[in-house]
Amino acid sequence: MLLLQVIVGGLLLGAIYALFSSGLTLIWGMMNFINFAHGEFVMLGMYVALLVVLWFGGGPAVFSFASAFALFVLGVVIYGSLIRYVLRGPMLSQILSTFGLALLLRYTVFFIFSANFVSLPQTSLSGTVNVGGILMPVPQLVAGVVAIILTVGLHLLLTRTTVGSKLLAVSEDRNAAMLMGIRPDRMQALAWGLSAGAAGIAGALMATAYPWSPSVGETFGLTAFVVVALGGFGSVPGALYAGLIIGLIQAVSAFWFGPIYKDIVVYALFVVLLWLRPQGLMGKA
Amino acid sequence: MKRPRLLSAAAVAAAALFSAALPANAAGTVKIGIIWPLTGNAAAAGQASKAAAEVAADIVNNAHPEFGDFPLAKGAGLPNMGGAKLELIFVDHQGNPSLAQQLATRLVTQDKVDVLMGAYQSSCSFTATAVAERYGIPFMVGESAALNITSRGFKWVFRGTPIASDYARTYMRFFADMKKAGKKVDSIAVVNENTDYGTSVADAIVDEAKKANFPVAIRIPYIASSTDVSAQVLQLKEKQPDVVIFISYTADAILYLKTMKNLDYKPPMVIGDDTGFSDPSFIPAVYDVAQGAMNRSAWAIGKPGSVTYKINEMFKAKTGRDLDDTSARNMQSFFALADALNRAGSTDPEKIRVALTETDLKPDQLMMGYQGVKFDKTGQNILAGTYLIQMQGKKYELVWPDKQAEAKLEWPMSGWKK
Repeated sequence: MLLLQVIVGGLLLGAIYALFSSGLTLIWGMMNFINFAHGEFVMLGMYVALLVVLWFGGGPAVFSFASAFALFVLGVVIYGSLIRYVLRGPMLSQILSTFGLALLLRYTVFFIFSANFVSLPQTSLSGTVNVGGILMPVPQLVAGVVAIILTVGLHLLLTRTTVGSKLLAVSEDRNAAMLMGIRPDRMQALAWGLSAGAAGIAGALMATAYPWSPSVGETFGLTAFVVVALGGFGSVPGALYAGLIIGLIQAVSAFWFGPIYKDIVVYALFVVLLWLRPQGLMGKA
Repeated sequence: MKRPRLLSAAAVAAAALFSAALPANAAGTVKIGIIWPLTGNAAAAGQASKAAAEVAADIVNNAHPEFGDFPLAKGAGLPNMGGAKLELIFVDHQGNPSLAQQLATRLVTQDKVDVLMGAYQSSCSFTATAVAERYGIPFMVGESAALNITSRGFKWVFRGTPIASDYARTYMRFFADMKKAGKKVDSIAVVNENTDYGTSVADAIVDEAKKANFPVAIRIPYIASSTDVSAQVLQLKEKQPDVVIFISYTADAILYLKTMKNLDYKPPMVIGDDTGFSDPSFIPAVYDVAQGAMNRSAWAIGKPGSVTYKINEMFKAKTGRDLDDTSARNMQSFFALADALNRAGSTDPEKIRVALTETDLKPDQLMMGYQGVKFDKTGQNILAGTYLIQMQGKKYELVWPDKQAEAKLEWPMSGWKK
């Protein structure tokens, strides 16, 4: 029974990993571009949620939407003002630009909010439901379910809609897409918006369950990279499976072997899996 | 090509000569290099301690007759050095032990500080003090609790705070008292973050528990940056200990208490070993689920008009909140250091070191609830101690030992059911 409880907890956490990692994988799949500031987007989503709650009240639906929207706009702005230009530069400057961006965002937030840990005031999302003896904290439950829905939604958007086709067209052949009347810059800006927006909403969902400080992005950023590498670079369903798997392995190994071993187990399996399947679970070889 | 190189070598040599010839305190100041985590996971504690050190420096550097006979408060600066002022140089080790070591070296070799202080995380104090020992610069460990910091036979390292074994013994005395009062304390769980701080305090608790015959049902080491602790809480739930002792930093402490509420697990008593439980953000985050949780503290604000009350007012004016135990212990160590500097009457490291070994502060010269400050051969303050406090409403009340208690102890804790 306890083990079942552990598994459920791991899967709920894994679903959120999946959501914020899907944004990272989207950018990689579209543009072969690694965004080191992705964890900071999640962190910003958390602070946007906090500000919305403090200033306007509003429930989880309101602040999640606000975080998604604010980060979408930020993603587009960052693309337009930074990424568009460094794309023309060498690979190294691309990597370092988002690394610098990450530090800029993190320390700006340090400056504004100080280093103290904050958490959302008790919202309507609190309490615990009991499903046949399994306790599920409402914030984690809602966050997990919404995260799965959104990740699947993002996948459908990419594969089943015109916008998705245009995004994929740009990623496959930028020049051919231009000949077909698609504007690559617009599509890539949209991808950045979607990516940051997904991170923002994941941050808002996490904020209902965890305390955080401005340095939280570091942890999430690393997790996102592992999820993306395991799932396969560029694959949204891969990120979903990988997120769930990592959440699950972390929880079960923490319970069985003790919490200090959980990351050893996760990364050992991760290395073995990449050795057998370097392209990741769902990546194209 | 040859000449310029020769010239520049000569210039370097000359510069080295001259800088060595200059007295270290030309401007009538004593430089104190302070190494704390000003960013990163423990940034909140580091920033609070920084504010506390600045308040302490203000008390020493400026005339504060309202503090009565509190050491170094009345006049401006250090009287035995002709009123020399303390100059604080803060550096940020981000919680990283190797960075702490580099920064300590930089403070000694480039900033030419006269004494060092730090470093919050025991793991960082451990590395930074080694630098002080190598260069022969006195190092005051403000509040790190791990035993091994003062057990290496170092000459230059002093520690004003009580240490892990002091705390462990205090807990056992408290449990013995509780047992006498008819409470059930048959098994203990120890949950510790797994760096030097958590490990050494947990080791000390397990040792002392064995000596005092309190069985340790389970010990759970974990990583402080965990984002999810439900597996650990379920392990506790399975073992049903009578007391759970947390040796935790801030985010993890908050996460544990929230997770316990979510998974409907409430042990009869939770004790936090200061640190995370004393962080300014802890009470606002969990007071509604952690009623009755206990913590240790050697700091009490005291009655209006008292020295401690006035210190707290100064800290509050600077930061907008009350002084916490961690920062207060750092501040006390800082005052002990200033006292020694004054008695040394010079910035000669050896004189400062000797003054430190001769330190003998009495309880009425302190801001903390210690029996005094007096360093043994290892540099450890042997007169340090602590109280136990309990969260009642939105603040901690002093509840143990009975003689000092300001409120009645609640056992079992009520947690979230009121």
